[in-house]
Amino acid sequence: MRNWLFWIAAALFGLAFLALTRLTIDNEYYYFAAYVVLQYIVLSTAWNILGGYTGYTNFGTGAFFAMGAYSSVVLHKMGAVPLPVMILVGGVVSGIVGLGTGYLTLRLRGVFFAIATLAITIVVQTLIVNWDYVGGSRGIYIIRPATAPLVGSYIQYLYTLMLILAVFSVGIARTIERSTLGLGFAAIRDDELAAEAGGVPTLRLKLIATTLSGGLMGMAGAPLPYYVTYLDPTSSFSLAYAVNSVAMPVIGGMQNWIGPVIGSILLGTIQQLATVTISSALNLLFVGVLLIVFVIVAPRGIVGLVRSWRGVRR
Amino acid sequence: MSDGALLEVTGLGKRFGGFVALENIDLRINPGDRLGLIGPNGSGKSTLVNCLCGTLRNEQGSVVFDGHKLDGMISHQRTRLGLARSFQLPKPFVTLSLTDNIRVPLLYTVNARQGLLHHHLTAAEITDRCHELLRDVGLADKATHLPTDLTQVEMRKLELARAVATQPRLLFADETMAGLSPSEVEEILTVLFRLNETGITIVLIEHIMSAVMKFSTRLVVLVAGHKIADGDPQEAMRNPEVERAYLGE
Repeated sequence: MRNWLFWIAAALFGLAFLALTRLTIDNEYYYFAAYVVLQYIVLSTAWNILGGYTGYTNFGTGAFFAMGAYSSVVLHKMGAVPLPVMILVGGVVSGIVGLGTGYLTLRLRGVFFAIATLAITIVVQTLIVNWDYVGGSRGIYIIRPATAPLVGSYIQYLYTLMLILAVFSVGIARTIERSTLGLGFAAIRDDELAAEAGGVPTLRLKLIATTLSGGLMGMAGAPLPYYVTYLDPTSSFSLAYAVNSVAMPVIGGMQNWIGPVIGSILLGTIQQLATVTISSALNLLFVGVLLIVFVIVAPRGIVGLVRSWRGVRR
Repeated sequence: MSDGALLEVTGLGKRFGGFVALENIDLRINPGDRLGLIGPNGSGKSTLVNCLCGTLRNEQGSVVFDGHKLDGMISHQRTRLGLARSFQLPKPFVTLSLTDNIRVPLLYTVNARQGLLHHHLTAAEITDRCHELLRDVGLADKATHLPTDLTQVEMRKLELARAVATQPRLLFADETMAGLSPSEVEEILTVLFRLNETGITIVLIEHIMSAVMKFSTRLVVLVAGHKIADGDPQEAMRNPEVERAYLGE
């Protein structure tokens, strides 16, 4: 499918899904739950741009996500800034942090890069904990605006924005996958020396990947203060974000745009169901068990499994 | 730089900690040369190629290619200038089809070299060129396969095709024939001769002496990081230092 056609199809699908949910669902809980699943679509798609396409495992999702959330807190305290603007600012802030991460970790690969991204999470979290303006270690309460700009409640507004973000991030990921940039990312993933020898400017492409990935994660984090209404460093930098954003593409299938979407819908839904039927404390247990099963049984994820059944090698 | 030289290396040196890998290497390669680069294991052949292609940084000396000083220039920039290499151990892009393996250098070297204002290869032209290059090395029927489907000799051919896709002026073929049978060595030699006839200067780094002697018009011998011979292949092999390095005292 041509790229522009995919964008139109994705936008139409998003609109139809939005209309369907808004017309048929009144229970606010479903919007709360769907918001989380959509948020994970954005996060895992963003992770996949660096981890799946380029081959750099990032355990710092929490840092980029929380940077987006805390940039919204700053804007909220500064005045009446519309949420879409906060999302853009969150994306820019986390994108810049992503660019910085890329520069700081230029020579690192594999497990060393992964450890460095974990370290960045700790550094950023420490900064936030010691920054009183955004609540420091005690956290901060955010009061949602009384009215939502679109028809419906504020949570429906948040859900709508996250749906738009999910469509946008999937569109970006798919566009990259089919582009010269995506081919360069794949070359880096498969062999960086050979990529350089083939003329690929690996450094520049890695910086593009870290910036884009970080930026999208920041955009996903920007509405969080209005979703949770109380933001503290422990929960906003939670390791669960990092674990989920790695597990979802691994389970769905890396190296393509659809894998993280499938993984997010599957894992996100299981977690939401577990939260209301068993216990939210068991969420990561399900992720861990599924991750182990998939790494052993289907290391190329659900997409890889389906392709091998259909006899497709790539 | 001396008149007419495609590559001029002056006083090149490379150390790994206290180990001297290359010392004071002078080398001149002329357009169209078929240069054989030999030496025992650990003599510095691959280190020299890595320094010339930008994979490693040399601490001493300078390298001039086609009038451009390469010192400090990173690998992909050298590729865009026209320096290409194949790797001792094939490094295919394993998740990409053979066509996409070739597409990478076409997009990132040939098109990037044109700059923004000049004609770029279109998607259709790139696909045609991929098939043409794969056909040249006898891999046309496997264009949609993954490199993991290839035999060892096919992998070496893919490596060469990918290097040639950069439209190089100078190609370093680093142990392209290692581990191949005599008939497979002949296949690779045929490909290399054909590439040289198209105007590509080739440096063949190899242990298979029959192939080196058949291919090279000039031979350079490295031993323990020093150049000990440079000249006509037959004469170089009669050099007492070369005999000592290969046959012992």
